[in-house]
Amino acid sequence: MITRRTFAGRTLSLGALTFLTGCDISDDDAVQAALARVSAWNDRVQAWVFNGNRLAPTFAESEVVRDFRYNAYYQADRAPMLDEADYRLMLAGRIADKKLWTVARLRELPMQSQITRHVCVEGWSMIGKWTGTPLRIFLERIGADLTAGYVGFECADGYYEGIDMATALHPQTLMAFQISDQTLPAKFGYPLKIRIPTKLGFKNPKFVTTLYVTNQRPRGFWTDRGYNWFSGL
Amino acid sequence: MSVSTKNTAAAAAEEQHHAWPVRVTHWLMALSVLTMVGSGWRIYNASPIFPFTFPEWATLGGDVEAALARHNDPGVASAIAWHFAGMWALVLAWLGFVLWGVVSGHFRRDFLPVGPKTFWRDFVAALTFRLEHRLGEYNAVQKAFYWGALLAMFGLIVSGLAIWKPVQTYPLEVLFGGFQGARIVHFLLMAAICGFIAVHIALVALVPRTLLAMILGHASVPAKQEHQP
Repeated sequence: MITRRTFAGRTLSLGALTFLTGCDISDDDAVQAALARVSAWNDRVQAWVFNGNRLAPTFAESEVVRDFRYNAYYQADRAPMLDEADYRLMLAGRIADKKLWTVARLRELPMQSQITRHVCVEGWSMIGKWTGTPLRIFLERIGADLTAGYVGFECADGYYEGIDMATALHPQTLMAFQISDQTLPAKFGYPLKIRIPTKLGFKNPKFVTTLYVTNQRPRGFWTDRGYNWFSGL
Repeated sequence: MSVSTKNTAAAAAEEQHHAWPVRVTHWLMALSVLTMVGSGWRIYNASPIFPFTFPEWATLGGDVEAALARHNDPGVASAIAWHFAGMWALVLAWLGFVLWGVVSGHFRRDFLPVGPKTFWRDFVAALTFRLEHRLGEYNAVQKAFYWGALLAMFGLIVSGLAIWKPVQTYPLEVLFGGFQGARIVHFLLMAAICGFIAVHIALVALVPRTLLAMILGHASVPAKQEHQP
């Protein structure tokens, strides 16, 4: 017959056993390499799952969060203040017309608004309104090689990101100049942020100063720190 | 292969058998669930949905301080890498276990029948330490718990998919009451699985030989060790 005491003793020893096996092996190089390989496999799966015609859900004006959450790898007061007079968007890589773009010239591009959900890799999400030019229209206008694999971005705050061409050509992928019907404030990436409702938040770079088209997969700030590259939603 | 009991007066020996597909998928599920829970807790801590966080030592994803110092990341990158690796193992193990359970008749033979009446009877008995746990024979509480665990894992996989791919699987999250709802359901099912594991381990503690059966495929109790009826 099993008594309460033997029962408690056995449970404790089994519990101790599970804790012992729980010791963390994450920082082991071989483990990290294995996890990176699975992450690369997940990139391929996500690219395959991604449907270029499937639109991210859109929401009503009433659902828009006006006081949108600030998020970056530095405090908001350290965000770069770009001057409209000095700002130029540089183009590089597989692009026919690499003329520099001023803010005034960017403003002449056709604009549209979207109310979509920003989903952070941490798990929180927020509905916002962004206004700008579909990246596809811009890529076509500058004669970008749309058969290339990727579009990459370099930013004034030291950030860098890159996305697959399929996502770059998605109808909701925007070069955003406004948030909540206002010109992007400095902390949200004035003058230009890439808004991609089919990607996690960290794949939406701010303060974009260089846009390039390439067949080499661009690096990403957080990808270089171990996050999944594709990070599609 | 199956769980069988010889419970006659002549041969009172209890026996338990587990076919290799059951053992392999069981341990793969166990390992992947532990990985998912540990890494999930670390991910949860990055943006808690309830007013508490999990102690760091109980989470999976490496040294937080080192990751912060090295590149400003609270160890979430590794946790997510674990989570999105573990999910494949969990899906494979779950599918394997369920497929085998259905095809081999393991579910029908050993997880059924289970009704509310027998469940309540065995539940009360278990709580008062009066439940006879016989090697190779599942009581109604166990049967219900196995079904519950399998269902919870299914729910975790589906709600996880809704969280991982909220655009590609969009209408799915509506089932859970939106994106936040899916996160909450995912969390609650995790808690259910943790509860299951606690009870599961407690029951193994009651009949330690059952652990041998799940490792070696077979365990038995000699005939002389007779249980009270």
